[in-house]
Amino acid sequence: MTEAPQLGQLEKHLRSRRDNGRKLLIPYVTGGYPVEDWPRLVEGCAEAGADAIEIGIPFSDPVMDGTTIQESSSLALAAGADPLDILGQVSKIDVDVPLIAMTYYNICYHMGHRRFASQLSNAGISAAILPDLPLEEAGHWTKAADAEAVETILLAAPTAPDERLVRIVERSRGFVYGVGLVGITGERSELATSALEMARRLKAITDKPVVIGVGVSNPQQAAEVSEVADGVVVGSAVIRRVLDSGNIDDAVEFVAQLRAGLDAG
Amino acid sequence: MTSTVSATNFMDDPDDNGRFGKFGGRYVPETLVPACAELEVGFREAWADQAFREEFEQLLQTYAGRPSGLTECANLSEELGFRILIKREDLNHTGSHKINNVLGQTLLAKRMGKSRIVAETGAGQHGVASATAAAYFGMDCVVYMGEVDMERQKLNVFRMELLGAEVRPAMSGSRTLKDAVNEAMRNWVATVESTHYCLGSVMGPHPYPWMVRQFHSVIGDEASKQCDELIGGAPDYVVACVGGGSNAIGIFSGFANSDAQLIGVEPEGGAAVGSAVPGVVHGSESYLMQDEHGQVLEAHSVSAGLDYPGVGPEHAHLADIGRARYESVNDREVLEAFELMSRSEGIIPALEPAHGLAWMVKAKEELAGKTVLLNLSGRGDKDVAQVQAIKAGDPAALSTMRP
Ligand SMILES: Cc1ncc(COP(=O)(O)O)c(C=O)c1O
Repeated sequence: MTEAPQLGQLEKHLRSRRDNGRKLLIPYVTGGYPVEDWPRLVEGCAEAGADAIEIGIPFSDPVMDGTTIQESSSLALAAGADPLDILGQVSKIDVDVPLIAMTYYNICYHMGHRRFASQLSNAGISAAILPDLPLEEAGHWTKAADAEAVETILLAAPTAPDERLVRIVERSRGFVYGVGLVGITGERSELATSALEMARRLKAITDKPVVIGVGVSNPQQAAEVSEVADGVVVGSAVIRRVLDSGNIDDAVEFVAQLRAGLDAG
Repeated sequence: MTSTVSATNFMDDPDDNGRFGKFGGRYVPETLVPACAELEVGFREAWADQAFREEFEQLLQTYAGRPSGLTECANLSEELGFRILIKREDLNHTGSHKINNVLGQTLLAKRMGKSRIVAETGAGQHGVASATAAAYFGMDCVVYMGEVDMERQKLNVFRMELLGAEVRPAMSGSRTLKDAVNEAMRNWVATVESTHYCLGSVMGPHPYPWMVRQFHSVIGDEASKQCDELIGGAPDYVVACVGGGSNAIGIFSGFANSDAQLIGVEPEGGAAVGSAVPGVVHGSESYLMQDEHGQVLEAHSVSAGLDYPGVGPEHAHLADIGRARYESVNDREVLEAFELMSRSEGIIPALEPAHGLAWMVKAKEELAGKTVLLNLSGRGDKDVAQVQAIKAGDPAALSTMRP
């Protein structure tokens, strides 16, 4: 018999906020972009009302990402961003919400599963998202992550049949990341109908927090999908504001608007 | 000459998790997992279905022009001091081995109800083959090609367009094959319900490395029979260039259980097996050129078709168990071999298989008195303009070369 896993720090935190009637907001920040200021952007997101923050560790070949996050990643890499350096800076960030690492599997594989897990843990990171590591391949990583109490958030996509969703939800820790559309990250003018459908399918089978990401682009869309889901991840729409302006102020202001949109429901 | 008996099967099918030994697997975004699973089932059923196999063979014969010949290179043999045979994949329709895989995959895609294919291409040979098959089967076709490669292989871009395909530039990273694969995968993530991803080598997530091998196994099957007839058994060496590794896997599959030595030749600037560092990119665990942090390195090769930092997982496995050996050559050696074959045999090879010959020239002493089979994976028409520019000293044509 395997015992039900203890709730991790992130999941406890998100559950309690959700159970108090709050919709969850998880912005994404590319580690290393903008070069000097990205830790300030993380702090700004927390102050603007984020419930947790995803920090991307840039990878050379981000196949799940559209042009915005590709661009911020390559700018970070060109400026010399490296995973250990980013994690070192994360450990100095002072915020009162959980942090989540998002990167591609080769970064973890290359560092070694146990070392990567302990590096995340040492940096004060609660959870990890590895978008090219599906359930069937995740065993080595989840073993190492569980040992360090790093929660592994799995993605659930609209293309998954029902029986697969059940297995994903079962193994996901922290929350379940519902992919809002059939496609890669990037802003969209309309909320995909698949986003609501994804949220409904997941809510029907789990009590874990269900958060929808990919394609959620503005406060209206965030509020709309959160009528069914427990909250949203917003990445490209945040990062694009940094790319456009060259500083973090617009992005922080945008996160505050997302917060207001979600609170107004 | 050596016998062809062996107790072990060195090129078994992958296990249930799509692994050749330690390598392979299915590392894709969740969105694509069901499509890969479906493709695996679809391929298993088709490959076991006599009617599918017959239709495939028929196409290979009447459309691609198989079987391809085996040519004895008397002049080169005399010059180098060992017996050289070449498998003439250059004589296939569209000019390379790539058509075998593409006909198999489009036939399968049609059977699975897909109306559109997306492909990546390096040299343009896989893109041309994909555009060709799409035209033949009446399917829509989008080909991603690195911007640098579109410049190096202009003629192939025009060919694809003539065939009715849309060629889209991959503008990120090194703007070569690796980035074209990224773009093709991103497009597939967004279009997976209607689209088949026609991957061009023995790489990617399960079932691709296995499926693409099976579609190319015709190269090895024919060559082993042809060798039996010509020299009464397997040659001492079987040599092939390795980018992702499809032409090499195809010919190796006919000799894996013989005593022939199998040699894969990588470009020095794209030697994934040579790097001996395992990694995960584009769907499988294999050897991968990467920096100390796990960022994938950009490959550099005069040959657009081999300008790739990864390699198919079965090659990693064959290297691991010692069944195949991987060597590398530099661009200058390749250009010399390109001219050598042209002048001595009247056959202009593609720059990719010229890597195989370049190694043979370097390994002259080891090979003395032996019989060597080289897979001539494609013809050099596509490379003539580039080589002309290099010879004229055009810095742009040289820019991605390694000395
Ligand atoms: C003639 C030829 N040979 C070889 C290759 C490399 O592919 P692979 O290593 O899969 O055989 C290419 C790729 O474009 C090619 O055009």
